[in-house]
Amino acid sequence: MSTVVSEQHGLRTGTMAQALNLALRDAMRADKTVHVLGEDVGALGGVFRITDGLTAEFGPDRCLDTPLAEAGILGTAVGMAMYGLRPVVEMQFDAFAYPALEQLFSHVAKMRNRTAGKLPLPITVRIPYGGGIGGVEHHSDASEAYYAHTPGLHVVTPATVADAYGLLRASIASDDPVVFLEPKRLYWGKDGWDPAAGVEPVGKAVLRRPGTSAVLVTYGPSLPVCLEAAEAAKAEGWDLAVLDLRSLVPFDEATACEVVRSLGRAVVVHESAGFGGAGAEIAARLTEKCFHHLAAPVLRVTGFDVPYPPPMLEHHHLPGVDRILDAVARLQWEE
Amino acid sequence: MTVLDHRNDPAAAGTVPGWRPGATAPRTDPAPLLPDPEPLRVLGTPAADAADPALLRELYRRLVAGRRYNQQATTLTKQGRLAVYPASTGQEACQVAAALALRPDDWLFPSYRDTLAVVARGVDPLQALTLLRGDAHTGYDPRATRTAPLCTPLATQVPHAVGLAHAARLAGDDTVALALLGDGGTSEGDFHEGLNFAAVLHAPVVFLVQNNGYAISVPLTRQSAAPTLAHKAVGYGMPGRLVDGNDALAVHAVLTEAVERARTGGGPTLVEALTYRIEAHTNADDATRYRQAEEVEAWRVHDPVRLLEDALRGRGLLDEELVADAAERAEQLAARMRAEFHTDPELDPMSLFAHVYAEPTQQLREQAGQLAAELAAEAEVHGR
Repeated sequence: MSTVVSEQHGLRTGTMAQALNLALRDAMRADKTVHVLGEDVGALGGVFRITDGLTAEFGPDRCLDTPLAEAGILGTAVGMAMYGLRPVVEMQFDAFAYPALEQLFSHVAKMRNRTAGKLPLPITVRIPYGGGIGGVEHHSDASEAYYAHTPGLHVVTPATVADAYGLLRASIASDDPVVFLEPKRLYWGKDGWDPAAGVEPVGKAVLRRPGTSAVLVTYGPSLPVCLEAAEAAKAEGWDLAVLDLRSLVPFDEATACEVVRSLGRAVVVHESAGFGGAGAEIAARLTEKCFHHLAAPVLRVTGFDVPYPPPMLEHHHLPGVDRILDAVARLQWEE
Repeated sequence: MTVLDHRNDPAAAGTVPGWRPGATAPRTDPAPLLPDPEPLRVLGTPAADAADPALLRELYRRLVAGRRYNQQATTLTKQGRLAVYPASTGQEACQVAAALALRPDDWLFPSYRDTLAVVARGVDPLQALTLLRGDAHTGYDPRATRTAPLCTPLATQVPHAVGLAHAARLAGDDTVALALLGDGGTSEGDFHEGLNFAAVLHAPVVFLVQNNGYAISVPLTRQSAAPTLAHKAVGYGMPGRLVDGNDALAVHAVLTEAVERARTGGGPTLVEALTYRIEAHTNADDATRYRQAEEVEAWRVHDPVRLLEDALRGRGLLDEELVADAAERAEQLAARMRAEFHTDPELDPMSLFAHVYAEPTQQLREQAGQLAAELAAEAEVHGR
């Protein structure tokens, strides 16, 4: 993926939502083929305001309010991409993206392959995802495993304000289809960042915190809780590293293996259900590739294998500091 | 007298803020959108006398070749040379005449039964069959002839046509998209969503439903209770048109009008062509389990090739030269199919890993290495 740079220079302080908005704006300014479409993305600016002001600046054709039909939105984006546009689709919420799964799985993911490379589809599907915001039923699913299991899709999820900008720009610039998962509960977190710093290619994990005892391997919405757990672990005498994968596909196996081999102990953390989840794949790969360096089995800390609970119960479901530290304690520290 | 007897009383509308909430455009009159009570027929009517002889001859040659193509492909499945073939015998007029209504720079979005339409776009007849032979999903370059891949998941190609047409309109390009589907496909959500988007976006797109009476085994009456499938158009705010799908001239005329309407800013049209699938759904299907022989025989009489022959004969155009030329071209095509498909294709197993992504992931590179090792080991065994 190419490196892209914002027109706006200098260090800024802002929320992830603002960074995403700026990424869309800069991408649309830089490339006239970038079109945004989705439900309520126009006058309203999206229910999370990520598309705020885009219709005002670029007009209703470049930022299109569509009828309320997710398969129709993504199917229309397929045709637009076939014509030569670079559509950015907004799905309003994680669980509302499911009607579009057939278009995503049967066409978006496969078109490059089934046409021997003749019809690549540079579509970015933005999906606000995950829980922790007190959302009622169908508004909090962590759905990344469905996408990561489908060959042909890139699956990207930012965990910081700077990555929200950089990874979204890189995703839009990608000639492969990208499912871009925006952790809802991180939308309003502020941070300083430099839009002009350039963008690393998608597919590079980054060590958010160095450590000497064990590594927490995570991504997206679970990064802050892992950093919190690493801080709390100091009191227990553990110096935990935290690795942010940033994308599930491509999976940066080299970086993950390097860290795990050097520390010998790892816990994979995500909020989606554990069974058949991304953590199962990551733990299996780390075990296969790093077996002789491991002092303990690679453990997983995930949401339970239950439908997403009502908001007043979600804190019992989502991995928290205690559940992560309990797993760290089970990494066979005794001689 | 009940309160409902006061419906349509103009006095009742006085205090309502708008005739409907959220509406900014004037109300659409549904009457012009309604399909005619009877499907349009041209062949066998005085209107056929005005048809362009060159078009009649072109349609005849292509229909004769299309029928032979269907026969040969079905035979090849029986010989194990094609994995499966959904024959369009009986539907040749729909497919050929519809495709001929397009300009070369328009786009066609076919479904899996539409190989004849794909060939009529200029795709090589053998390349159009790779999907069904099983050696490649799409054997042709869709951009070269502006023909999308044959689409198997029902009606999912409909919103693709809408999106392409929408993008073309935004670019100020007068390209039109034509989506083909069957009666069964009209039950799918993507049909509904695609037509709704097309009408709202005023996209230059035409939808042709080839209603052949059966979705595999399920008859139309179990598929839809609409007066006709063309009537569905009215609910989306676009015209619905009904045409005899076995009448090549009628299909060509209706499609040409709809395509021209789309091209000149008139928006989308839904066309329902009434036709019949003479053969089973595919070679793997047994149509005698759900259809009566008498019904099939009646449709064999209302045959698209024969109808065209009659018209040509009536105009004095069915001369020996034309008949011989059409037959010879059809036989040459069949011979080419036999020659090609009785030879095993040379396939590269490593092509599995091509075109999954623009750049393969590390995992795919490793898996490619694994397959390469398996192939090397296999070659060594065979070498001994």
